[in-house]
Amino acid sequence: MQLKLKVWRQDGPESTGRFETYDAVDIKPDMSFLEMLDVVNVRLVESGRDPVTFDSDCREGICGTCGVMIDGQAHGPWKGATTCQLHMRAFRDGDTIVIEPWQSAGFPIVKDLMVDRSAFDRIVASGGFISADTGSAPDGNEIPIPKPVADSAMDAAACIGCGACVAACPNSAAQLFTSAKLAHLNLLPQGQAQRFRRTEDMVETMEQFFGSCTNHGECHEACPKEVPLDFIALMNRDYLKSKMKNRKLAGQVFP
Amino acid sequence: MTATRDKPTAGAGRPSGAQPINKPVRRRSIPLLDLYQTAVGKKWVMAITGLVLMGFVLVHMVGNLKMYVGPADLDSYAQWLKTIGYPLLPKTGAMWLLRVTLLAAFVLHIHSAYSLTRMNQRARPTNYSRRDYIAANFASRTMRWTGTIVALFLLYHLADLTWGWANPDYVYGEVYNNVVASLSNPVVAAFYIVANLALGMHLYHGIWSIFQTVGSMNPRFNPRNNPIRRGVAAAFVIVVIGANITFPLAVQFGIVST
Repeated sequence: MQLKLKVWRQDGPESTGRFETYDAVDIKPDMSFLEMLDVVNVRLVESGRDPVTFDSDCREGICGTCGVMIDGQAHGPWKGATTCQLHMRAFRDGDTIVIEPWQSAGFPIVKDLMVDRSAFDRIVASGGFISADTGSAPDGNEIPIPKPVADSAMDAAACIGCGACVAACPNSAAQLFTSAKLAHLNLLPQGQAQRFRRTEDMVETMEQFFGSCTNHGECHEACPKEVPLDFIALMNRDYLKSKMKNRKLAGQVFP
Repeated sequence: MTATRDKPTAGAGRPSGAQPINKPVRRRSIPLLDLYQTAVGKKWVMAITGLVLMGFVLVHMVGNLKMYVGPADLDSYAQWLKTIGYPLLPKTGAMWLLRVTLLAAFVLHIHSAYSLTRMNQRARPTNYSRRDYIAANFASRTMRWTGTIVALFLLYHLADLTWGWANPDYVYGEVYNNVVASLSNPVVAAFYIVANLALGMHLYHGIWSIFQTVGSMNPRFNPRNNPIRRGVAAAFVIVVIGANITFPLAVQFGIVST
């Protein structure tokens, strides 16, 4: 395959970026998108130029490290796939592919296609854990959890934190990520003690860095794990409840 | 083997992460008071004021159907609106209560939309050179424009049929004649139809958004991606906007005339 790549190059967080065009020749349709970038980078290095910086780690769609906008779609044209799971057979010979980094105030660009997603860590650090004592490891199935609830919690836990939801959202909102991180704890019995504290803290941390939801549904379409929008509805409901319940709890503290 | 580890180098030579685009929420001890500072809280305000305005649009449409019954029916209906609850409340008392509620709903709906739009613009300082939308539809992407058209139309509509400035043939209390005089002008009739189509687009995305914002369809109670949400939105738009559009058409085609 012969392709043309229009790649966003940016030297650092403060520099202004620009597009550069490269020819990608002898690309095999079986290559993954990242392998194609590797091939292009090797040739760039051989010709004495700076290779394109991009993030990647597991290359099997579970770590959430890779992720770029490919032709205006987060993780490219395949549904339910990360950039590393996208193969070059998704493109036709002679195509021009536009590759851009995630664009969001919450994800400052480190270099080229690599962004700093530590704002996601800030959200999780503000409540995405269970610190209430839930005892030592119980026997299997000791805590009965209805199957649909366990399934829903698992669907939420499938989120790999890649940031495609933010990248695809016209408002750069992180609602799908935050709601998934909330739901996978808030739906389970062990998560109940801190449910509303967690919801209030994580939503308010999210809003310091990201935009607001206007219900376009782009995040769900971009999500490589196809996390459903219903978790955002659950988060919205839990947030209003948390405003009331947390204040009520505050009234039960006697100095 | 010495248990030496490299000193943590996180942050060295790297940017220290994203800068906040919004101030942290100042939490108050009274429940719900700090809700309007947050985006999720503002969406709740938008949803609830949206529901109030939906109720108004529906009742307004039903009342206008009196046009097809006859001039006396429409005029006496308009008179009744001013005396709702009369012996108990002062005359026009209930009407002013409704007006103040609607005005408050409008102001809050528009202000929350404005402030969320500003927040969303701060969140995406650089746009993509190319963007292919998959789920976002025309209605969802034009909310702020259809909303602006509806707001401007509302001002004109009030000047036309409530205050009468924009309607040279306006006579106070003669609702039927005023409507016919106004809508017999083809330009005015066209504007009414365009504004109603804009309202229909706004409602189609807005009503489904209400379900989402108030969390009425969440995975605990409902099937995944319940199609009822879209269905309810479409049905409401077809009923209300469909009926509203017949009014200017009926006057233009002489079905309703003086």
